[in-house]
Amino acid sequence: MIEFRSVTKQFPDGTTAVQDFSFVLPSHQTTVLVGSSGCGKTTILRMINRMVEPTSGQVLIDDVDVAGQDKVKLRRSIGYVLQAAGLLPHRKVVDNVATVPMLNGVAKAEARAAALELLDLVGLDRSLAERYPRQLSGGQQQRVGVARALASDPNILLMDEPFGAVDPIVRADLQVELNRLQRELGKTIIFVTHDIEEAFTLADQVIIFKKGGVIAQAGTPAQILADPADDFVASFIGADKGRRDLFLQQREGDRGLTLVVDGDGRPVGVLEPGNAPSRPGATA
Amino acid sequence: MSWTLSNLDRIGELTLNHVRLSIIPIIASFVLSIPLGWLANRNAVLRSIVITGGSLLFTIPSLPLFVILPLIIPTRVLDETNLVVALSIYGVAIMARSAADALASVAAPTLDASTAIGFSPAARFFRVELPLAGPVLLAGIRVVSVSTIALVSVGVIIGSANLGYLFQNGKQRGILEEVVVGILISLILALVFDLIIVGIGRLALPWNRDKPLRRRALAPTPLPHDSEAPVLTGASR
Repeated sequence: MIEFRSVTKQFPDGTTAVQDFSFVLPSHQTTVLVGSSGCGKTTILRMINRMVEPTSGQVLIDDVDVAGQDKVKLRRSIGYVLQAAGLLPHRKVVDNVATVPMLNGVAKAEARAAALELLDLVGLDRSLAERYPRQLSGGQQQRVGVARALASDPNILLMDEPFGAVDPIVRADLQVELNRLQRELGKTIIFVTHDIEEAFTLADQVIIFKKGGVIAQAGTPAQILADPADDFVASFIGADKGRRDLFLQQREGDRGLTLVVDGDGRPVGVLEPGNAPSRPGATA
Repeated sequence: MSWTLSNLDRIGELTLNHVRLSIIPIIASFVLSIPLGWLANRNAVLRSIVITGGSLLFTIPSLPLFVILPLIIPTRVLDETNLVVALSIYGVAIMARSAADALASVAAPTLDASTAIGFSPAARFFRVELPLAGPVLLAGIRVVSVSTIALVSVGVIIGSANLGYLFQNGKQRGILEEVVVGILISLILALVFDLIIVGIGRLALPWNRDKPLRRRALAPTPLPHDSEAPVLTGASR
């Protein structure tokens, strides 16, 4: 459980990134912070591992104030995945994954062996282990980034727009993979993105921000979709233009297929019998 | 050829001495420049002190430097230590700027990521910043190497026995062959030193090897910073 108690962050240049933010992020769930750039979502994320220090207020992990903890130890105990992976270009893939255990004093052979298993876990072939990050595709690099974040088996995983720099097809792949991993691992994931579709795909809970770290709405994807709190949220999720209302339509000549169309009558897909692919927390 | 053949021993001795006198300043300037480069990246004031200071040092003519040094350090005027110290000063003058540039060339997101996953400041410097500064440092030390080998010759004016002696002696006695041999060996030395440094670079920076050329775009994603080491341009970046 990560708790923010009236946290404010003012940068030296006078801009207030976050104003009196209070919230509790539940354990073993994926909370997605979403908003346009400059809304303070990344600042909030980075206050959890003290990459940013709040001007006032407290951040607590399992009721312990992070301000009293050693920064370096705190960061090693929390997984962190960044945009463009943030891998060390001069270390091989396997050594990148083994970085944090090695910093914690785990023997090299042991850390490398564990790293190879993590490559399996994130769906990377072990033949990539001896390559350098630049020899991998963007999607592969992101998987290495996730493996590295999991290497010290942290309870908390911070993900700062991790899939922002890869193309839409790879991004969709990575989102599916992250949901699969989360089903297996049940980490407390805090995920920052500006992409509302990504937020709805991954989140148990979504927090939509306005400027200055002000919460526009927080809730499950279904709650937000069904009942946007205000015009800002409605426009942010695209509900104001009817894009979120789906209708079933049967047209002549389709031989009984049922088309799903949005509010403008644009086809979104066809209705398939059976259940949707499962995801964390989903009941069939 | 007759002069060369009858003086092979002397030439060999001068060459070895030239090598010995070159190696120490090259290594000293590399080691000393790194803390200076680190300082230069702390803030703008320190940066201008280091960079301007370096340039000023390089403008000191060598002869007065040889005269002044014995007043500052406990050596006699004709001591070879003066030459080594003077060459180290010139080396640092070139290399401090390279080191500052090298450390500045490391991509900020990589450093941010290193801090975020739990590198302590010292571990980050030695295990991330310094290795990643390697390619630019290497370019800088190649310049220092060539410049030092050339400058060692000046040492003959304070009695140092090195390849410069062949220029001086050959000129005084009108033996053109002696001068030419001196120039050739200096060139070969510079080339050999360069090859050795590049070789060390290849061993120490395996990740930087066979980097695809920029326009070939073989790599799926470019490195956050591009630090191809162009020959002899390290000091003027």
